[in-house]
Formats: sequence, structure tokens, C-alpha cells
Amino acid sequence: MTTPRLELKGITKAFPDVVANSDVSLTVMPGETHAVLGENGAGKSTLMKVIYGSLMPDAGQILLNGQVMRIRNPKEARANGIGMVFQHFNLFDTMTVAENVWLGLARTSLEQVTASIVAKATEYGLDIDPRRAVHTLSVGERQRVEIIRALLTRPELLILDEPTSVLTPQAVEKLFLVLRKLASEGCSILYISHKLHEIRELCTACTVLRAGKVTGVCNPKEESNASLSRMMIGAEPPLLEHHECQAGSTTMVVRNLSLERDDQFGVDLQEINLSVCAGEIVGIAGVSGNGQKELLYALSGEDTRSPHGSIRIGEVDVSALDPGERRRMGLHFVPEERLGRGAVPTLSLAQNLLLTRTESISIPRCAGGWIRVKALANHAERLIDRFHIKAGGPNSVARSLSGGNLQKYIVAREIDANPKLLIVSQPTWGVDVGAAAQIRGEILRLRDEGCAVLVVSEELDELFEVCDRMYVIARGKLSPSIPIAEATVEKIGEWMSGLWDRSVPGEARHA
Amino acid sequence: MPKLKLEARSQPSQMWSYASPLLALACTVAIGVLLFALLGKDPVKGLQVFFWEPVKTGYAVGELVVKATPLLLIALGLAVSFRSNVWNIGAEGQYILGAIGASGVALMANPATGSWIVVPVLLAGVLAGLFWAGLTAFLRDRFNANEILVSLMLVYVAVQVLNFMVFGPWKDPHGYNFPQTKTFEVVTRIPRLFAGSRVSIGIIFALVGVVLVWVFFFRTRSGFAQQVGGLAPAASRYAGFSSRRALWTALLISGGLAGLAGALEVAGPIGQLTPYVPAGYGFAAIIVAYVGRLHPVGMVFSALLMSMFYIGGELAQSRLGLPKSLTGVFQGLLLFSLLACDMLVNYRLRWIALGVGK
Ligand SMILES: Nc1ncnc2c1ncn2[C@@H]1O[C@H](COP(=O)(O)OP(=O)(O)OP(=O)(O)O)[C@@H](O)[C@H]1O
Ligand SMILES: [Mg+2]
Repeated sequence: MTTPRLELKGITKAFPDVVANSDVSLTVMPGETHAVLGENGAGKSTLMKVIYGSLMPDAGQILLNGQVMRIRNPKEARANGIGMVFQHFNLFDTMTVAENVWLGLARTSLEQVTASIVAKATEYGLDIDPRRAVHTLSVGERQRVEIIRALLTRPELLILDEPTSVLTPQAVEKLFLVLRKLASEGCSILYISHKLHEIRELCTACTVLRAGKVTGVCNPKEESNASLSRMMIGAEPPLLEHHECQAGSTTMVVRNLSLERDDQFGVDLQEINLSVCAGEIVGIAGVSGNGQKELLYALSGEDTRSPHGSIRIGEVDVSALDPGERRRMGLHFVPEERLGRGAVPTLSLAQNLLLTRTESISIPRCAGGWIRVKALANHAERLIDRFHIKAGGPNSVARSLSGGNLQKYIVAREIDANPKLLIVSQPTWGVDVGAAAQIRGEILRLRDEGCAVLVVSEELDELFEVCDRMYVIARGKLSPSIPIAEATVEKIGEWMSGLWDRSVPGEARHA
Repeated sequence: MPKLKLEARSQPSQMWSYASPLLALACTVAIGVLLFALLGKDPVKGLQVFFWEPVKTGYAVGELVVKATPLLLIALGLAVSFRSNVWNIGAEGQYILGAIGASGVALMANPATGSWIVVPVLLAGVLAGLFWAGLTAFLRDRFNANEILVSLMLVYVAVQVLNFMVFGPWKDPHGYNFPQTKTFEVVTRIPRLFAGSRVSIGIIFALVGVVLVWVFFFRTRSGFAQQVGGLAPAASRYAGFSSRRALWTALLISGGLAGLAGALEVAGPIGQLTPYVPAGYGFAAIIVAYVGRLHPVGMVFSALLMSMFYIGGELAQSRLGLPKSLTGVFQGLLLFSLLACDMLVNYRLRWIALGVGK
């Protein structure tokens, strides 16, 4: 019998509020792609950080190729052939891709690193320009950087913590090719994802965690979505209730919005025309890095360079208003970066409410606005209860939440505001199947109450599930809208490469 | 050859991040003892001079408070700045301008003026400090000039303005050509709290300031917005908090408080404008702010500590015949020890053996 590549025995790790891993054991064979499955806050990321040496276990043993190891830090992990792509990326915004990769490597020149990035990128079809500054990259692109960085160390064990949550289906296919190739070369892979079909497609073994404990080990290919869900959350995800869409008056109109990029590697928005009506959910599909980021900055008011009259809410021209002023008109927005933009990592959940909510502030517009601390904590507590968020309490700092739970909290904060217009970027990024169903359910409920919703997502399944109408964004241009009944995966896929001009006249001919 | 390396700790200890100022103080004392021994002085006597003499008598404590007052006032303002990522390191200049402004009004008084004159004297100090910090804010806001450089350079400009005033227009005609103004009228004197001590109402201003800054930081939305701008600029932009407003607020508050400190000083203990007004309080307050963890209550303690160093330095000169610059040495030691302790809270040291294995 071959020795396992990695063996965990009785790993336990406790944080002040929770036991994130309790007596976890897990075995990965060479060349095996092993899934770790579990609901938000189950302790998956924590376990991976323990293996990678960025957290110290309180108890338990780690065996690598049959030998007991004490991995004290990521550098030792890398030296022992372990590579990891984190759920929250570890890149320095102001440095270029090559410089970021360079940081982790000893004794090579920047030129060499640049060359090896390009080589790896072409080898695995991960398109990236090493000279770009990281802050100009979309989340999807940042992940490519992380993957390349991990591959450069030629790992024997590669850990991927939710790598596909921000990738398009095509990119996921590409990534899977990469991973299969690695596995065939004998590299073991630990793979975390909330997408069951991916796990079934890719993985040959699976360990399920729930509340920090192992609740099952199985071969995912022999399980159904339902049985995996049961192991993971103890139930099957609830089905969504769809009512007929009753679109009302137009809530937001974007007219001929053209906006030059404000950094070298951004995307110019060209003649964007878009409308969202009360009581409908409108989706924007597209591969990340095609102008979504720029469009969302312009819509939310974080970028106020938009030409006069190009963005209206109701009858009001809001193009020059800042995010706070737009929020007072009923526009709430969930950004794709949750740590650092949607939430301040070092502040508590309650304090993070104050970014967009003013209910717990007396006299909000003058005298600086007095914060009623008690009311604020209660408000945060209510959100935590209503959305079943796993957190120590209103005073836990945002950074201590698991990825999915923080995402839930930010979405909850904006949905709970009862907005007139809700703009959501990647609403279910990184949340488990149960929570995803819940968030989609809440969005549908808002729509039925007459809220206008704009969803920007790279996940077509999700858009098809909730949207009434869809646009596609490609290279800074927005397609005409298409009712969901007429949209097909093939058509949207074609539009994603910017080819709607051809198909639109085609349609006209049919009519 | 083995090499010493710093490694980030995955979870910095909460307890040690609060205890690190105390540990830093202990290190400072230890190095101080060594220093005294090297200088051939009795370390026990040396420590006595720094840590016991300043609190031995009621009068001594009063003196401690007198020196702590300007430090605390300036540090409070700096904490607002630093927490908002606005690096105003020119508080010394704002303090000097405050002193000049207050002197301008004080010189207009005559023996018959009522004691209400104290109010305009202080206001003039505040306004002058505001104006000086406002220059930095304006240059940053309008031309994106680096506020660290601008505020620091303006300190030297302020010193020149001060020199110009005391060598020129405001020189005391009966002062035997000394570069200083006449002694201010008694009515302009900042009221003292007790007979037999130099403690003035300034300390009340400072303590009220502590409460106000605490409320601003932890109970008002504008204070919250101010800090978010420092912690996560993207989140601040997302929330719609104005970064320009944060910049102006930070600089005006710190400028105003530094100006107030300058006014209290010239119209209080000093009683006239001289070239010796700049005593380095503006720079020492940076240390006060950091040792106090930018927390209003913490800064009360660190201000007292720094004031102790000032007094200790003077006593070391008169009692032990050591140079007065020992004050600066102790201040520097404290800051460096704190930085080192903070570093060790967040990082661990490790010997890495190179050239082994490969
Ligand atoms: N640094 C920390 N301090 C305190 N608690 C923490 C910390 N990191 C994680 N936790 C807690 O440990 C638990 C497990 O978190 P972990 O990030 O491992 O979950 P996860 O399974 O990766 O979830 P997700 O699918 O949402 O990413 C959570 O309840 C989380 O709040
Ligand atoms: Mg996770």
C-alpha cells in the first residue's frame, strides 16, 4: 500500500468564540483530488490554514508522506511542497503581479520571475500580464495570480480554498484541465468548493465537515446533490418560490454612459444603456475584467466622473452624487470585495453596520450623528439571527468571520435596509448551498415587494435562476437586454465574447 | 551562516498589544540604568531623579501637570489626525503659531483691561494654530502635496516668523535689546487653579478635551467616518465618507489644539514671547500619542510620563551634572522600545540556518 501524501490525525483548533476544528482526521493519497465540503463556518479554511502553517493547531498531528511534520509557517509548508490559494487573497495592491509573486521566492531576479509567470500562464492557459499593478485587477484576475504563484513552487500538495467562486464556467473548465494535469503528474489536491457539481466532476474522495467535526467521508461520484447536502447542512436546500415578475415604473436609467478608465489597465465604458424597473431582477453576465468593476463604481457613486444626466434614479440625475447621497435615495449596493470595501476587517460587525446604515444614529445629519451603541448592537444581533450567520456576536471583528458568513452579513445589511434599488455584485460568492438559496430567496422577496434589483454575476446558473431580464457586458460595452425566457446558455456565451451585434439583426429578421 | 529573520505571527496576542507600552517603559528604565552606570553615576540616584523626585511633593506633582498639559492637548489632536491616516507631524509649528497669535492679543492689553482678555488671548491662539494647519490641509487638498513634508517644513517657517516678531516689531523697547516681548500684563495671565502651584485652567481644557475626543471617536458618526478613512480607504469610499472632509477635520482639530497649547503656554508659565517658546512639545506629543495607543485615556498617562522625562532631565542637569539632553534620550528610548515591543507583538524572531540541506 502506498503511503498517503497527507494524513491529519485529530486536529483541533479553537478560537476564543468557537472550536473551528475538533478532532479532524483526513487522508489524501498521491495524485488524489480530495474535496473538503461543509457549510459556511464549518472550519474548512481553518483546517487548510493549519496544514499550510499559517495557523497552529491546538492538538493533533500532520503527517506528510508518512512523516510527522511540524509546519510552523507557510514558508516551511512551501519548502515541503505544499502550495495554497487562499479564499481571501494575499496580494499587495500597489505592487505589480510579478513583484507580488517575487516576494515569496528567494534568490531570483524579477526578470526571471516575470519570465516564469509568463511561461506558467501560457502552459496552463491562465491569461495574465505580470507588469500590471494588482489594484487594477478584478477579483477573478487576482485569483489567477494566486494560482500561478502556487504553481510556481511546483507543489506536491496543492490546496485550493474556493478557487472557482469567481470564475466563469469557461475559466472553471480551464482550471479543471490544469488540476487534472497536475493530478496526473502525481500532485495531490485539496479542493474546497460549495458547488457540488464541480466536486462530483473533479474529485475522487470527499471529507465533509460540519461545525468543526468530520461528518462523513465518501466518494462524491457515488453521491447525489441531495445526499451531499444532507451530510453538509443536515437538510436539502429549500426550493425557490418564483412568482411572475410584475415590472413597474423605471427605477434606474443609464443613458449613453461612457467613461474613460481611470487607471492604465482598466476598461473604458462605452455607451452603456441600461434600465431597471421596480419589481424586476435584471442580471449582467460577463467574464470578470470586462468593465463590471468600472460600471459598478459609476453606479454606486464611488466614481462620480459620469457625464451629466447619464445616470438617473427615478427622475433625478444622480451622476454627480456621492454614494451616501445615492443611498439616501434608496440605492443600496453589495460590492464584490467584502473585506476592505464592503466591510472594515478590524472593526466589529456592529460598527460595520454604520458604513451604510443610519438607523442606530440619532440626528444623523447634524452634530456628527450620535451613535446609540445599544441599538447598534441589537441591530447587528437581529441581522445575525435573521440570516443565520455564524459569528461570535455583534462584537466579533469582521475579519474573524468565515468567508461565506461575512458575505451573508454584508448582503443581509443591504437587504435589510429595504432598498428601492439594490445592486449586488456576486451575491452568493462563497456561500454554501443553503445560504445561497436563502440569499436568492431574499432577493426574490425584495423584488416581489417592488424593489428594483440589478445582479452582476459571473455565474450563469445563478442569473438564470433569479433574473427576469439579462444584459451581457464585454470589453466595456453592454449588450441589449434579453428576457430570460429567450436567453440560452449558448446565446449568452456567444454574447460574452462581444458578438451580440451579429445576433441582434438576426433576431430582427425572425420577427 | 545563520541569519536572523522576522516572521509574522498568525495571531498577535491581544493582551500583549495592550501590555507593550508597559514593557517598553520597563525596557527604557533598564537601558536608563545601564546608561547611568556607564556615565559613572549611581543608577539608583538617576532613577530617583527621573521617577521619584517629580512626584515627591504636591508642588512637584503640580509641575508635572504643568508640563503634561500642552503635551496632552497636542497629542489629542494628533491622535485624531493619525487615526484618520493624516500624518500631521508639524504640531510644533502650529503650537508656535498659537503662541504668536496669543501674544499678539496679550500685547494689546493694558493694566486697566478686564480679565475677559484671557478669552480672546486663547481664541487667537486657537485660530492661529488652525490657520497654520489649514495651510497644510489646503496644499494637500488642492495640489495633493504630501502633508508630512508640508507640515514639517512649516515648523521651520513658524520658527522664522517667531524670530522675526521678537527681533523686530514686538521687541520690548525696555528689554536691553534681548529678543523678546515685554512681560504680558498680569490680567492676561491664564487663571491658576490653586495658590502655591502653577497648575492653571489649562489642565481642565485638556481633560475636557480627553472626554470630547473619546466621544468623537467612539460615539459620533463623524468620528467613525474619520477612522474608517484611516483603516480601510476603499470601505470609506464605498460608504460615501468624504476623504476631503476627513483631511480638513483632522488637520483643523490638531492645529486648533496645538494652537491652544501654545497660547496657554505663553500666557501661562512663560508670560512673554521669547525664541525659547518652541520646546519640542509638538514632536514629543507624537511619542505621547503613540505610547498612549492613540486612545484619549491612554494619552493621559503617556503625557504624564513624558512630562516626567522633561522634569527628570532638568533635575539630572542640576543635581547630577548630566546634560539636559538626557530628556531627549529617554524620550527616544521609550519610542524605540515601544516600536520594538510592537514589532515583537506582531512578529517573532527566528534564526534561519542558511546553506543547510541544499
Ligand atoms: N481569526 C479568527 N478569530 C476568531 N474566530 C475565527 C477566526 N477565524 C475563523 N474563525 C471562526 O472559525 C469558524 C470556522 O471558520 P472557517 O473560516 O474555517 O470556515 P469555512 O468552513 O472556511 O467557511 P466558509 O465556507 O464560509 O469559508 C467560524 O465560525 C469563524 O467565525
Ligand atoms: Mg472558508
